[in-house]
Amino acid sequence: MSFINYSSREINCKIVYYGPGLCGKTTNLQFIYRKTNPQARGKMISLATETDRTLFFDFLPLSLGDIRGFKTRFHLYTVPGQVFYDASRKLILKGVDGVVFVADSQMERMEANIESYENLRINLKEQGYDLDKLPLVLQWNKRDLPNVINTEELHKALNSRNVPAFEAVAPEGIGVFETLKAIAKLVLIELKRGTSG
Amino acid sequence: MLPNLVLYEEEYKLVTEVILRLVSEANAKVVFLVDKNGQLISSSGTTEGIDTTSLASLTAGNIAATGGLAKLIGEKEFTILFHEGEKDNIHISIIDHRVILVVIFDEKSSLGLVRLRVKKVGIELERIFKNINKKTKEASSGLGVDSPFAEITDDDIENLFS
Ligand SMILES: Nc1nc2c(ncn2[C@@H]2O[C@H](COP(=O)(O)OP(=O)(O)O)[C@@H](O)[C@H]2O)c(=O)[nH]1
Ligand SMILES: [Mg+2]
Repeated sequence: MSFINYSSREINCKIVYYGPGLCGKTTNLQFIYRKTNPQARGKMISLATETDRTLFFDFLPLSLGDIRGFKTRFHLYTVPGQVFYDASRKLILKGVDGVVFVADSQMERMEANIESYENLRINLKEQGYDLDKLPLVLQWNKRDLPNVINTEELHKALNSRNVPAFEAVAPEGIGVFETLKAIAKLVLIELKRGTSG
Repeated sequence: MLPNLVLYEEEYKLVTEVILRLVSEANAKVVFLVDKNGQLISSSGTTEGIDTTSLASLTAGNIAATGGLAKLIGEKEFTILFHEGEKDNIHISIIDHRVILVVIFDEKSSLGLVRLRVKKVGIELERIFKNINKKTKEASSGLGVDSPFAEITDDDIENLFS
């Protein structure tokens, strides 16, 4: 649910990074934070446990520039990935405009990826969203590790919708901005469609 | 699922007037109005030195978490939250189930006074936001006001990233 302010001429959109625990959601935001011009970003907030696991959410506000005289702002959130934080994940999905699903490419995390994707579908449905219609981009992260599953398998398991998907190594920034750009585009296109009725 | 929140000049002015008045009537330091999704709508008072974007996001997270707690014990929502600090205090209330009113105050005011003024202003804000909701619905159903986004081209979007 975007917020359009005609008085300050701003559009605000909410993007949520979703995926199983330790797949690299927080790392995506950290890289974006590090590589963005300080004028274009606000503070990054991480509500984490003492061992750096996301407890509630990470939050990073970004300004992308102007469209037709409107400042476009994107609020990036991550969810806590561990299964028992489901109540928090539901809350963070409220008002979402677009989702980046980050999958962990390691063979042994395949089941966790699928479980998390199904969990995303259920939690969105509870809020009245349809995962098959919402702006969505996939990221195959951790491509640098030796035991990765090939991307065809990942597509087969997680991309029946055939949405844009990017290979990534989040700590090095590979694929990070490509992913962000793709979801921002889809959200803006949806905004355009939504308002032109 | 709520429709997009759209705020036009006219309502923005009304809202800002109301919270400006609240700052002085409640002897508050700052007053914020935040969308339930964590987006700042308007602020008034001495906002310098406060990271308003972070404040908005954390307030919404706070309301979302306590709302979750409320449901667990069979309540609909907690409409008022109060956090007491050594010097500054935060009073948070929900208006019309959709926006959050945040009042920050110190010893120059009191919880009693803030409560009283928030209650009064809450009624006014509720009326304004009911109106905004109506307008937003009309706009999203294609009636009403022109949208600047209907005209966006692929190039406009591409240019954002160049
Ligand atoms: N080798 C490798 N490690 C990664 C990659 N992305 C994230 N990590 C590491 O995986 C761990 C969990 O990442 P984090 O972003 O906290 O996961 P989150 O639970 O999804 O937020 C951290 O130690 C990261 O450094 C990647 O692409 N390759
Ligand atoms: Mg995390």
